[in-house]
Amino acid sequence: MSIFPIEQIRADFPILGETIRNKPLVYLDNAASCQKPQAVIDSIVHTYSHEYANIHRGVHTLSVRATDKFEAAREKVRAFINAASHKEIIFVRGATEAVNLVAQSYGKSQLKAGDEIVISAMEHHANIVPWQMLCQQIGAVLKVAPMNQNGELLFDEFALLLNDKTKLVAITHMSNALGTINPVEKIIAAAHAKHIPVLLDGAQAIPHMPVDVQALDCDFYVFSGHKLYGPSGTGVLYGKQALLEAMPPYQGGGDMIRTVTFAESTYAGLPHKFEAGTPAIAEIIGLGAAIDYITSIGMENVAAYEAELLAYATEQAQQIKGLNIIGQAAEKGGILSFTLDHIHPHDIGTMLDSLGIAIRAGHHCAMPVMDFYGVPATARASFAMYNTRQEIDILMQGVQSLIEVFG
Amino acid sequence: MFDDLRDLYQEVIFDHNRNPRNFRIMDDANRRVDGFNPLCGDKLTLFLKIDDSHVIQDASFQGSGCAISTASVSLMTEIIKGKTEDEAEALFTQFHEMTTGKTEDINLEAIGKLAVLAGVREYPARVKCATLAWHTLDAAIKNQQEAVSTE
Repeated sequence: MSIFPIEQIRADFPILGETIRNKPLVYLDNAASCQKPQAVIDSIVHTYSHEYANIHRGVHTLSVRATDKFEAAREKVRAFINAASHKEIIFVRGATEAVNLVAQSYGKSQLKAGDEIVISAMEHHANIVPWQMLCQQIGAVLKVAPMNQNGELLFDEFALLLNDKTKLVAITHMSNALGTINPVEKIIAAAHAKHIPVLLDGAQAIPHMPVDVQALDCDFYVFSGHKLYGPSGTGVLYGKQALLEAMPPYQGGGDMIRTVTFAESTYAGLPHKFEAGTPAIAEIIGLGAAIDYITSIGMENVAAYEAELLAYATEQAQQIKGLNIIGQAAEKGGILSFTLDHIHPHDIGTMLDSLGIAIRAGHHCAMPVMDFYGVPATARASFAMYNTRQEIDILMQGVQSLIEVFG
Repeated sequence: MFDDLRDLYQEVIFDHNRNPRNFRIMDDANRRVDGFNPLCGDKLTLFLKIDDSHVIQDASFQGSGCAISTASVSLMTEIIKGKTEDEAEALFTQFHEMTTGKTEDINLEAIGKLAVLAGVREYPARVKCATLAWHTLDAAIKNQQEAVSTE
């Protein structure tokens, strides 16, 4: 690998030059949301300055321009995850909406009372609650595959849950609370052997590793744009064309119809069938710019650089007495979740903030994971491609100092 | 290193966090209410013994929380003992105004040691840590059975 252009990358993110409480910002809350490169900010400004109108409607020039840019963003997403067709890329508000779409459209039309949905013990609330809601509506049953103390899926126990009643597996590619990267190839193979479709929650995985949906052979893949250096309010549902074709629309409205009369309506083809109403036009074009940016750096390079950062952070954290790393899976992405003996994560969060360090303190929308470890919350430092070893040093010095202050 | 935080984390707060007062289950309590902050997962159970003339004879708590919430509930159980329900509610009002910054003037005579928590008003994300105990007290005095949530 060539030398990772970290200085250039940092210079591309204007917010990294901010000072917080008179200290240089150390932004380690990337699992919650990533910062945006100038290219994305410029894209939004450019769209609103030169190319903005509603899409798929007007014959006028601006509408055509906006539509072309919007559909070009769809093609960028398709290429980024190597989907077979642009028809398989549905734009939504975020990973959460994508899961809800699959639950309400696929789930409600294809599942019935007594059918089972398998998730894992490490899911984000966004990959738990929509399935619970579906189960309540149709009488389906939610099954939870367990994990071990390291935060690794117990694969054999997962496989045992798959049976004739299982109609869907919905599992995270990478855990937001623990950093665990799941063995998704094995999971998909085991499910497909029993003709069970698999949805992967890629909200955390997508900014950290190359994702090829055809190589994975997953049936659905969901992610949010704002965690991929793109604007908030953007998200993607990938679904295999045959599955999407068979699914009823999720929401009704403009843009998703072919004809409407008061007697009945017919629906547009893919992908528009699932895109009722005016989408986040400038933001989705901005997501295209984010994909251009990250592609120019290369996902392989990003993954290698972040793996080094995580290894360094883990090694440093292990040297701090009283620090407990929560989530020690062998396969992990750039997330360091931890607790300190006798110091509550919220106090850690406030004290680090006073040093300019932004981390997350809380349950990370994964309350069952907190229950599993018997903690109310953890502190979580999560890394992006613009973070540095020096920032990890600042974090660790901060943690050492606050341990001393608390005594 | 944490000079900016001296207003928030005063020594009294560290002291109450390390050694919370009245941290025990009260077997003969006649009020018992759970308080919960779903944003951070903080949980506490407040026990009160209130006599026929509406005086709080005893107060104690159990639970886990951050230093701010632990110190707040610890200090509260100390200060409300011997107060009437009305006096305790009046303190809640003053405490709420102090921590949410509704008033700059702190009535030190009334609020006493609780003044160490005034610093949270500069940290909007932490105000609920300080007020959870008092919302739970309010529910206990009103004899509400349901758990209290800050959200």
